[in-house]
Amino acid sequence: MRKVDPSNAINSKTPQHKLMGTITPSDLHYERSHAGVPDLDPAKHRLLVHGMTEKSLVLTMDDIKAMPSVSRVAFLECTGNGWENWKTADGNLTVQNTHGLISTHEWTGVPLSFILDLVGKNRRSTWMLAEGGDAAGVARSIPLTDEVMAEAILAYGQNGELLRPAHGFPLRLFIPGWEGNLSIKWLRRLKFGDQPFMTRWETARYTQLLANGKARQFQLVQEINSVITAPSGMMQIKPGHNRITGLAWSGYGKIERVEISTDAGKSWKQAQMNHPILPKAQVRFQMDWNWDGRPTKIVSRSTDDKGNVQPDRKAVIDRMGTNALFHYNAQQTWSIDEKGMVRNVLA
Amino acid sequence: MFSLRALVGSAVVAGFAASAAVASDVGRPATPEEIKLWDIDVRPDGQGLPAGSGTVLQGKKVYEESCAVCHGVNGQNGIKDRLVGGQGTLASSRPIKTVGSYWPYATTLFDYIRRAMPYQAPETLSVDETYAVSAYILSLNGLLPEDGKLDKESLPKVKMPNRDGFIPEPEFRTITNSR
Repeated sequence: MRKVDPSNAINSKTPQHKLMGTITPSDLHYERSHAGVPDLDPAKHRLLVHGMTEKSLVLTMDDIKAMPSVSRVAFLECTGNGWENWKTADGNLTVQNTHGLISTHEWTGVPLSFILDLVGKNRRSTWMLAEGGDAAGVARSIPLTDEVMAEAILAYGQNGELLRPAHGFPLRLFIPGWEGNLSIKWLRRLKFGDQPFMTRWETARYTQLLANGKARQFQLVQEINSVITAPSGMMQIKPGHNRITGLAWSGYGKIERVEISTDAGKSWKQAQMNHPILPKAQVRFQMDWNWDGRPTKIVSRSTDDKGNVQPDRKAVIDRMGTNALFHYNAQQTWSIDEKGMVRNVLA
Repeated sequence: MFSLRALVGSAVVAGFAASAAVASDVGRPATPEEIKLWDIDVRPDGQGLPAGSGTVLQGKKVYEESCAVCHGVNGQNGIKDRLVGGQGTLASSRPIKTVGSYWPYATTLFDYIRRAMPYQAPETLSVDETYAVSAYILSLNGLLPEDGKLDKESLPKVKMPNRDGFIPEPEFRTITNSR
């Protein structure tokens, strides 16, 4: 199995195959940062809100915590989740390697809409720059759709405690269902404008290169997805009864159905879904299975309440090519050999 | 007025609208001087670019002192992102994404260097040094002559080879909203 160099452990992945339910323990939430983790003093931290607004305001953490709060259980997913399998499938990968860049937490903070009212957002402002206080000053332009204005949170809490430093302490943006990198950590500035600012992150980095050399830009929603977490890569199963379980999610809404195939996609059975089934949150699914001991492949596919169905690999590659790097949401296939060894395969 | 519809989930907030009115006193106004210190972003039309300038020649020196250790001599073969070359490779099976082959806006180069580079000491280059090193990287890509110079007027006019290489998602091309 692949070893992680301890010096790289800050860029960690969630061990999906070792977890139960849907809430990721705070210590095991995946971590991705662009220039390390800053050591910020919450007493000194400030948020500047300006641009196309009636007022430009400087807010302290005390100011922000005095505002009305909301809490929401939702997933956060790195747009690179799944990228191991774009071109080839390494048979030695676990589900932590292939799908470890998603976690689900309860996030607590102030609704963005409250801040919009506070500063008097100009009606003509359609984009917002969110900027972090890390060494790279990571900044992304966020389209101010009604969905974003209604659902985004300026979060200071995760799973009932303050944000962890690696997750943006003392303040981060949280946009349910969208690319993780938009949920800017160590949030220091919100600027309202009427066009995208075209930062490095939304041009050179988080854009998806297609086979024809053009790139998709502002592909912001994390598409419908699912993965079987057991049996999964590098596990060994025995003939007879096995319980298949896994996680499904969609940045568009609520998971409506998860189906499982134990014959490489020839036939499908509906899996049981455990409550709660929340929009833009991971859902736990399971199914009983009697393995007859013959080599086979198992795969899951999910459907959400907006009618999105998780595509198979061929559909994803036909649409995106194999150079896109990000937004790989194809059905994950695990092959099982005659000894019961489970391996990562493309399809 | 804060809208209750904005609250996802349900029972989270009794008395929420009432507290919104109180919160209009929250925070303090930002002064123009203060905003200037924080307001470092640069848009493709040049909005946000400061006064100052730098030449390719000056930029070569800045690059060799502060950038080459990671990005390599001439912007290639370094331990971090390649900055030069790759034009014509984007549709191949091994695309090489660099400033010259992939970045759509030259302004983004200034914005990114100013906020994030050098990696171990961001925001330490002067405005002139930032223009200069941007000019040098563009010249290495054949997008500025060796005696070239950049300032807030000329930088937005540099046409990047991949300017038209991006397809924004249809739903975000024109943003319409209700507030």
